[in-house]
Amino acid sequence: MSAPAGLPPRPAAAAFSPVGPGGSREAAAPAGGAAHCHNGPVQSQMQFPPGYGSHPPNYSAPSGHYSQVPNKAAASHLDHQYRASYYPGYYSAPAQNVMTPSVGSNVLNAQGSQQLYNKTPPHTGGASDGPVQGAISSASYLHMSAQQSYSAFDNHYSTSVSSSVASQGFPLNSDHYAMPVVSGAMYPSVSYPPAAAGSAYGQTFTSQSLPAVGQFKETNAFSSQSTSVPHSLQQHVPAGYNTTLSTISSAQSVQDNLCRNLPGSVAKVNNQIKTGGIDSSQPVHSVSQNVAFTKPGVGTSASSAVVSSVRSPAPSLSSQPSSSPSVTQSPELALQEGMQYGGYVNNQASSAPAPLSSSSDDEEEDEEDEEAALDSSSTTSSASPVLNNYDALEGGGYPDTRSVTSSPVPAPSVPQTSKASKPFGYGYPALQPGYQNATPTTPVQPSNPGHHPGFQHYPQHYPGVNQLSSSLGSLSLQHSQQPESLRPVNLTHDRNILPVSSVPAPVPNLNSDLRKLNCSPDSFRCTLTNIPQTQALLNKAKLPLGLLLHPFRDLTQLPVITSSTIVRCRSCRTYINPFVSFIDQRRWKCNLCYRVNDVPEEFMYNPLTRSYGEPHKRPEVQNSTVEFIASSDYMLRPPQPAVYLFVLDVSHNAVEAGYLTIVCQSLLENLDKLPGDSRTRIGFITFDSTVQFYNLQEGLSQPQMLIVSDIDDIFLPTPDSLLVNLHESKELIKDLLNALPNMFTNTRETHSALGPALQAAFKLMSPTGGRISVFQTQLPSLGAGLLHSREDPNQRSSTKVVQHLGPATDFYKKLALDCSGQQTAVDLFLLSSQYSDLASLACMSKYSAGCIYYYPSFHRTHNPAQAEKLQKDLKRYLTRKIGFEAVMRIRCTKGLSIHTFHGNFFVRSTDLLSLANVNPDAGFAVQMSIEESLTDTSLVCFQTALLYTSSKGERRIRVHTLCLPVVSSLADVYAGADVQAVVCLLANMAVDRSVSSSLADARDALVNAVVDSLAAYMSTASNLQQSMLIAPNSLKLFPLYILALLKQKAFRTGTSTRLDDRVYAMCQMKSQPLVHLMKMIHPNLYRIDKLTDESTIHVNDRVVPQPPLQKLSAEKLTREGAFLMDCGSIFYIWIGKNCDNSFIKDVLGYPNYASVPQKMTQLPEVDALSSERTRSFISWLRDSRPLSPVLQVIKDENPAKTDFFQHLIEDRTEAAFSYYEFLLNIQQQVCK
Amino acid sequence: MESVVFIFSLIDCCALIFLSVYFIITLSDLECDYINARSCCSKLNKWVVPEVIGHAVVTVLMLISLHWFIFLLNLPVATWNIYRYIMVPSGNMGVFDPTEIHNRGQLKSHMKEAMIKLGFHLLCFFMYLYSMILALIND
Repeated sequence: MSAPAGLPPRPAAAAFSPVGPGGSREAAAPAGGAAHCHNGPVQSQMQFPPGYGSHPPNYSAPSGHYSQVPNKAAASHLDHQYRASYYPGYYSAPAQNVMTPSVGSNVLNAQGSQQLYNKTPPHTGGASDGPVQGAISSASYLHMSAQQSYSAFDNHYSTSVSSSVASQGFPLNSDHYAMPVVSGAMYPSVSYPPAAAGSAYGQTFTSQSLPAVGQFKETNAFSSQSTSVPHSLQQHVPAGYNTTLSTISSAQSVQDNLCRNLPGSVAKVNNQIKTGGIDSSQPVHSVSQNVAFTKPGVGTSASSAVVSSVRSPAPSLSSQPSSSPSVTQSPELALQEGMQYGGYVNNQASSAPAPLSSSSDDEEEDEEDEEAALDSSSTTSSASPVLNNYDALEGGGYPDTRSVTSSPVPAPSVPQTSKASKPFGYGYPALQPGYQNATPTTPVQPSNPGHHPGFQHYPQHYPGVNQLSSSLGSLSLQHSQQPESLRPVNLTHDRNILPVSSVPAPVPNLNSDLRKLNCSPDSFRCTLTNIPQTQALLNKAKLPLGLLLHPFRDLTQLPVITSSTIVRCRSCRTYINPFVSFIDQRRWKCNLCYRVNDVPEEFMYNPLTRSYGEPHKRPEVQNSTVEFIASSDYMLRPPQPAVYLFVLDVSHNAVEAGYLTIVCQSLLENLDKLPGDSRTRIGFITFDSTVQFYNLQEGLSQPQMLIVSDIDDIFLPTPDSLLVNLHESKELIKDLLNALPNMFTNTRETHSALGPALQAAFKLMSPTGGRISVFQTQLPSLGAGLLHSREDPNQRSSTKVVQHLGPATDFYKKLALDCSGQQTAVDLFLLSSQYSDLASLACMSKYSAGCIYYYPSFHRTHNPAQAEKLQKDLKRYLTRKIGFEAVMRIRCTKGLSIHTFHGNFFVRSTDLLSLANVNPDAGFAVQMSIEESLTDTSLVCFQTALLYTSSKGERRIRVHTLCLPVVSSLADVYAGADVQAVVCLLANMAVDRSVSSSLADARDALVNAVVDSLAAYMSTASNLQQSMLIAPNSLKLFPLYILALLKQKAFRTGTSTRLDDRVYAMCQMKSQPLVHLMKMIHPNLYRIDKLTDESTIHVNDRVVPQPPLQKLSAEKLTREGAFLMDCGSIFYIWIGKNCDNSFIKDVLGYPNYASVPQKMTQLPEVDALSSERTRSFISWLRDSRPLSPVLQVIKDENPAKTDFFQHLIEDRTEAAFSYYEFLLNIQQQVCK
Repeated sequence: MESVVFIFSLIDCCALIFLSVYFIITLSDLECDYINARSCCSKLNKWVVPEVIGHAVVTVLMLISLHWFIFLLNLPVATWNIYRYIMVPSGNMGVFDPTEIHNRGQLKSHMKEAMIKLGFHLLCFFMYLYSMILALIND
């Protein structure tokens, strides 16, 4: 059978030969295989070049194949299945990367083999049970595996590690293969890559490993088959190609028919196919179905020899029937699918209906597509082959399954063929198997219908795309779970509104595919997860629209992409992302500006699957958070080295506080952990009334101090040797750090010339850029930038006016802008016991993208809690990731515009933030307005791109993309409100307001925000009683959070608050990411004296109890209990007077309440269950944040208890409402 | 004498018109991202004081020469200019602050303001021209 099938193609192949080995996909595969074979196992870039020329055609075929899939596949299920089926492919992919790290084209060659591999696994799966399971499992893993594999891939890529791993899979294969003619040599090269990949991924897939193994074995078998065919295949390929071209439409139709029409008869059909496949291979051209099959047959035929051993075909067949029935139902299903999938790409959604159309329609469309493809091919030689291949591929995929049955025959015929044949056989079988596998699973799941339809739909998608998007949007809305988020909550009656555990971020109301692809709420959140259609609607809702970003967050999984061309929209420069729509194989439509762009050639190759022609499966399109390694196009200068400069206050005040010891100690401990490469440089400046520099030039016997006392005209005494290479001068640096704390112990200098020291630091840093860490302990009193005390202690608890929230001078702002221009960030550590005018000093960090740490009344011995905090903060600060010379751009869909930014940075142009440094603890917020009505779109997207230089000197771009639905009704807007994001954005706005206007204004604005939004909500819900205060469920915490905000240090009045504390709280609000900010605003309170094993979670083999959240009210505190309050940067443990002695003994390690000391900052390790639970709970809380919080144990009569009680925001204080009073107050205003 | 007053006013007004146009051009450059906020603001801040003085001089001149109508017409704009200059917060780098110009629609409001001033100065220009010709004829 195989022989006949192969034969017809051959003639065609000859015709095509000019194009390259692969006219048809099969051909392509062989070509790829051939390339591999020739190249041999080594498969280096070198080898590829020759193959390369020919490859394009080959690839094109796969692409075609894929492309169809993707379109159809828009449905997530399809993807999953696909992936599942290809899952092995993923494995292989890494290998490819390894193989051909540098050249994309090379990869292509690999593809052939990959595909084969991938496909083959499915075949192998062919065994009825085996394949299905494998498919399912793989499907479930898909996401994870993909991502992980990616990262793994990256590593491999960069390192170009490789082949050794691959071998694992092979051996197995080889055993199986023994049967096939295939030569071992051949295989190694081709098939191994995948195996290698597998090994690379091994970690990820461990769970999957079982299925994979099975697949591999089978695949091997296939490969062997293919190998047998190889040469003949090449020739055949062209032939097949021609035939495929002519019959493409028919082939597709056949497929469609199979999928849809056949369902009832599917089993028969399949059988026919099997049998027919054999027979048909000869007739190929005559019957479309036959043809389609025949092709496969050809491919399979090669493999067929193996097939007999595999037996996979039978299972696959069975699976198909099941799937097909689902397909037949298609109209409805198809619609649903279309919707689901449509979501995937806005435009694609419209296409959904198409699937319904009869097979004939499909054919027509296919033909059109083909034509288009042909046209494109005409323009680009490579392109044309692709299309053909495309069709061929699809046909091939199906045929493969059939072929499996028939295959045995062809294989024998071709045996002589070597390399080429392998790819050929592989590629095809793989495709089908994947499908088949998918199908078996599908019958049960809704997904499977999607699978087939998706397949068929593929061609049809294009026309309807635009329409679909709108229809999708509406549909998704209908499906939405509005009831819950809109459920009215009577705030005055419902007292227990806090959730049991933490407040979850609302999930945008998108279809499941998009939801899965969407950016994590941890890095990207919008205040309204349903975007109002017009500004008028937004105004009506009275809620702010904005984004909260945490772009440089520490991520455990991040796909890193190395690619010579980073695909971006040509007009708006948006990076390609999961929410773009692929109009066809070669074009994609930007989801922000709607421009249609070309898909670059390189993008057609998917390094993950090592396949060509499936741009929609590239990691960029599968992950909403990706990181690109940028090329030199993204550099204005060579990437800078990591440069750290420490500017230390050594005046009497500073020495008295004793911070130098801690700083130097931390630095000594973390010197080796400072992020950076071999170029890392470091320097030190100290200052009191003069500025001291330290010459640490390599070769000196000891550090040399250079004192500059001319602070009015500061200069650098020896510009070259002040910033020294960390590694070359490490001994000198250590000497200095050891000596520094004692160098100034007897100083009597009380003045502080901070300004001149900063100017000197700027001069020192400006050639390179980097990070300046300033440690300051008092008000700067000399030279430029000197400040005067502005705080009037009598006004601390004033309820009226709080002045001096803004800077007193523009010196620090100018300095910061200068620094920012030279890519230097200034981080401020303020450790003062008196007023130091943080409002002015903070400017140096605010506008240079630095960060601010404040330790009020710091003293090393008198205030151990602060000392411990400084130590922990420094550890994190010195070792955390850092990005240099960064810029961040936030783009959003046309119609939306950003009008205000919050955070530490300098806004260089309308949407470009200049960040001299970026750190993982920095959060940003932006406010947006709707400039044009969004009526013609159902989805809006936001994209942040952060371009930075890593500490290793790599230029990288981290891209996050968030996709949200657009709604037209007020109720929907409320349903999608993200109360935490709203509150955080309001806090940012309130900070601005209090600086630019007054604190009282800001407080009023906060209260009005609640009043207005609740009033607006109540006016929409006509059936509500006006006398009650009703909030939608999504906003039920809104008044509580606003009250918490009003009682926060930044905004409270009437309670004595030092100006610096207030300003620091404001700085925190502007620069903290949402998670941390929320804990600052509304701490979490837990009762910990009765931790049980109920509702525990397991983390790393540890049992972590999950006590329920308590209201922040003294009514919840009982004297018999112990409570833990999590304020983000500090944990309070409050011990009641009558607390159970066993708890005190077991957890605190003291016999009774009276013996617990006043200042206790650590829990002892006691071997008791309650102690274990408490500690595991606390360490679990600690692990969830980058800064390790300080623990403070507070007894009921402890003076520090006011710190604790001030956080009980639901209680009444002298100056502020209780929560209930606040509600009544709001209700009064709402009803006015 | 009167003609001299108006000739001077006319010249002053021309300068103010050019200044307004310069403001508009520079701000729109910033809007289009041709220059960065820092250089834009330092360029513009240089001209804030000359603008205030230029306009204040004309206004005072009109008061001295007892042209009440023109004086009253100029007074609000002159007052606004001075108010705006005085009310700059101590930490800002001038009326145009590079760190805030992109926030809260400041760029747009600056632009709007420059446009309105341009229109106002054009109106004044023709009034001065008319008055000057009238004065010359009367002389």
